[in-house]
Order: sequence, then C-alpha cells, then structure tokens
Amino acid sequence: MSERLTIGFLPLVDACLPILAAEHGFAAEEGLELDFVREVSWATVLDRLLYGHSDAAHLLAPLAIATTLGRGRPAQPLASPFVLGLNGNAITFSPALAEAVGAPEGQLGDPRQIGAALRELAGKRRLRFGVVHRYSSHNYMLRYWLAACGMVPDEGVEIVTVAPPFVADALGTGEIDGTCVGEPWNSVAVERGVGRIVLATAQIWRRGVEKVLALRESRLAERREAIEALVRAMRKAGAHFVDPANWEDNAALLAAPRYLDADPRLILRAISDRLVLAHGTSPIHYPDFMFQYREAANFPWVSQAEWLYTQMVRWDRTPFRGDEARRAARVFRPDVYRSALQGTGDLLPGASSKVEGSLDRPTAVGTQQGAMVLEQNSFFDQRTFDPDNLEGYLESLEHAAAQK
Amino acid sequence: MRIAVIDESASRASIIREGLAQLDGIEIFVLTERQALLAQLAELAPDVVLIDLGNPSRDMLEEYFAVTRALSRPIAMFVDQSDEEAIGASVEAGVSVYVVDGLAASRIRPVLDLAIRRFSAFARLQADLDEARSKLAERETIDKAKRILMKSRGLGEPDAYGELRRKAMQSSRRIADIAEAIVTAHDLIGEGK
Repeated sequence: MSERLTIGFLPLVDACLPILAAEHGFAAEEGLELDFVREVSWATVLDRLLYGHSDAAHLLAPLAIATTLGRGRPAQPLASPFVLGLNGNAITFSPALAEAVGAPEGQLGDPRQIGAALRELAGKRRLRFGVVHRYSSHNYMLRYWLAACGMVPDEGVEIVTVAPPFVADALGTGEIDGTCVGEPWNSVAVERGVGRIVLATAQIWRRGVEKVLALRESRLAERREAIEALVRAMRKAGAHFVDPANWEDNAALLAAPRYLDADPRLILRAISDRLVLAHGTSPIHYPDFMFQYREAANFPWVSQAEWLYTQMVRWDRTPFRGDEARRAARVFRPDVYRSALQGTGDLLPGASSKVEGSLDRPTAVGTQQGAMVLEQNSFFDQRTFDPDNLEGYLESLEHAAAQK
Repeated sequence: MRIAVIDESASRASIIREGLAQLDGIEIFVLTERQALLAQLAELAPDVVLIDLGNPSRDMLEEYFAVTRALSRPIAMFVDQSDEEAIGASVEAGVSVYVVDGLAASRIRPVLDLAIRRFSAFARLQADLDEARSKLAERETIDKAKRILMKSRGLGEPDAYGELRRKAMQSSRRIADIAEAIVTAHDLIGEGK
C-alpha cells in the first residue's frame, strides 16, 4: 500500500528533487504518492507546514532554523533530514550598476574586485538590494560578501525583501539596484534586459547550503518510514537530475504550469550550469552553479546549520546563546539521512560535522559507506568556519569588520 | 480600531469589507495594489492587518513587521498561544492576521471570526462558480458530440443524445465523459471522409 505525503513548495528550480522523484516514478518505487502544493510566499509555505496542511516543505534553510528558535513567531521545532541543494543563486545588478562597478562582459565578476568597486560607490550614493527573505541563505550570502568587502549592510547598503516574481520589476523600476535570488528569476531579469548576473553565490561560498526539506519534528516522528522512503527517492531523482542526458526533459517537466510555470529554456540554464549573464549574449559555463547530488550534497551537515545560526545572530544583532546554537544545530538531522540510506550503497560520510571552507583542493574523507572525495569548498575571503568554536568565529568576523 | 485588508482580489476584498462593516467601532481600509504597499500601511497605522495567504507580498510584509518591532507600534502575527486553534482556522480559510502588540484578544476575536467566515464564504462562491463554469463547458462538449453523431450516423438530436446516454449507462461513465471521448476521437481522426 502506498503512503501519501503532501509537499509545499515555491516555484524555484531547486524544488526539483521532490518533483522529479514523483514524475520519474522514484517515489512510487519507494511506495510513496506525492501531492504538491505550490505557494507564492515562504510565509504561506510555512503556515501550511505548521498547521498540518502539508507534511513537508521545500524551505529556506535559515527559515527552518528561525522557526525552531521562535524568531518572528512562536517557536515550533522543525527538522531537516535532507538538503535539497547547495547554491544555485546569483547576484544580479541593474545594467547601470553592473557598468558602474566595471563588471566584466561575458564572464562572471571577481567577488573581491566587484566588492571593492561597490564599496567605493556605496560611499557616494545609497544602494538598495533585494533578497527573497530575511531568513534566507540569499540574505546571508549577500551580507557575508558585502561585509567581507568592507561594507556595512543596513547602513551603507540597504537590504529589503522582494518576492522572487517581482525581482525583475523592482530592478526595472529602480526600486532596487541589485538582488540575490534563485533561478529562474535572475535569468528572467536578464531576458527582460533589466539585470546582469555579476556573481554566482557559489563564488562566495563554493559549497553553500541552500534549501532544505523541512518537517515539523512531530510529523517526522509520526511519518518516519515514509520520510526515509522520500529521502531515498530524492537521492535517485538527484542522480537523474545531474545526468546531462536528462537535462532537457527535466527542464520541460519542471516548466509545467503546476510546478514552476516558467520558460523551460530559462530553467535549462540553471540545470546545465550554463548561464546567460546579459541579454543577448552567449551562455557561459560555470560548473556547480547548482549542486544537488555529488559528494553527498544532500547530507545535512550539522556544521551547515551552525554556520547559519552564526549568521542569524550576526544580522539579527542578537547575543550568541549556547542553548540556541544547540537547538539550531539539531534542526539538521543526519541521523535520519543515514538511517534512510543505510545499506543502499549510496555515499554516507563518516562524520556529521566538518570545518566549512577549509578545502582548497580535492580531499578524500572518511565514510561510513562508499568512497568520497570532497572538492574545493572555500569562502571567497579564505576564512574558515570551525563548528567547535562558534563564538570565536563570530568574534573574528566582528574584528575583521572593525578593521575595514 | 483600524483594520487594513490587503487583497489583490478586489471582489474578495469588498466581501471582507462588507462583513467587517457589521462590527462597531472599526475603520476599514482596503489595499489591492502592491505598489507602495508598505508606505500606505505606514500611513494608515492599522491595528489589525488581514492578508490573503495567496498574496506574494506576505514575505515583504513580515519583514516590515519585524523591522517595525523597533518602532512604537509593533505589529506581530496574531500569536497568542491560546489562539492556536483560531489561527489554524484562519489558515484553513486562507487568510492571515497580524495585530499590533498589546491589542486585547477580546477585541481581535470578533474580527478574526468574521474574516474567517467571509473568506470561507468567498472560497465557496469561487467553488460554485468553478463548478458552474465546468458544467457549462460539459454542456458544450455534449452538444458537440451530439452534432458529430447526428452528422456521421444520420441521427436526429434525441437519438444522438439517446446513444450518448446508452453508452454511458453501459460503461458506467458520465455522459460528459463519453461526449469528451467522442469529441477527442473526432478531432484526432477527422471527418472520416
């Protein structure tokens, strides 16, 4: 007998794994039937998750942590047994700003160079950037980059929330000068001639955590077997998703009105890591723009949750609290991921936490199952994040900002 | 009490407004445009904000409320734990409610209850309308199928309908489904000449 799960999502390319798990029959193979509920705001995805209209949701990783900690609404513990992908977002400037900072034609910019030029400009005029949500990796990536380049987010550079479907409009009307958003929304702005992609978030943090599959902790306990089956189905969908032979089919499937309701040619750009940076130019290839499968990409590393918590403390400007850090860390559930994939032959890392940003070359790591080499995983400013010293990391960020 | 209703559907907003107008001592402002929404809200300084769950401006609005927490009139989601059930009902009905901090639950409840009833009523109207539309579409398909049968088999109208009904009974399907199949087959195969 098959089990039904209802999954909430926003129309973004990185909602692909559960959708493809259903479309290609991987969910059915695992005895699952998936229903999808598409929304237009994260607030509504979250409401439906919290009030039981959906069992699981495609959710911003920081929002899962913020909800657990009770930021913005009463605390409700969420759990994430699966990371839906790493990166896949870009920073897009209005053509005027791209030109003003000397963004190179036909290639992505250099984060340091663009940052330095932007800093100079920010001293002369007010800059405003749009991000998709206060508690999003987009917000944290953008702020991390701006701050590391010597700017002060909220003071020198204003950061506001703009819903992804309105990003192109907001760039067009000059409401914002730039944005950090997921696909296909950067490409939509490019096609409309109101934006130029200047950076990929993967240039800021090569292996930055993005969306997660989130559930209420209680729902995970009640539906544990079904959720583990979903984890297995989504790993199969990931293998299918990254195979170049399937790119076009998957772009067409995701483009359907009930899913992304978007142009399949734009979706294909993100899937194939081939982005058109400016209207009317040829696509460039930026490997691992999106990262959904290799190196156990979906493994919920506890250190990723902890990095997000440090950024939440940093930008909410709240004191660091050990108990909060521990609750934030527990949102990521490597134990569920392991239990789901134990015995399948899929890659399982030996550890559940790692120093983030420390790999400057491919490195073989210990595993519980399979052989794994992690490729380069660094932050653009060469800083590393040690999950054993969260407070020290925050202090070093503050210290660095004071030096600028 | 000042209530702002944010809804991109003007017809639904007017149904909500009409409902809330029954309550004493309130002023209602309807905002249907996304442009300059935050500036309008700042100007209105509402005590209660109602917004439909399908509104793409919700994340922007929550961000604004989070920021205004630092101001003198903080707005929060209707978050009194004792009202979980009411919030659940509002999510069910498709509306979310934000109120200024410190507003007594006894003053919020009637507004919330009315909003839920009105949103649910609108959803029912919408469902009725959808049903009426699909009935109309079915009617048209049945007429088309009848014309195909009349032409291809030289039947009169009552006989063509009788054939549809007979086939439906035989295969325990709806007449509209049989008609749909005939129209599709006809489109695929053409006039058969």
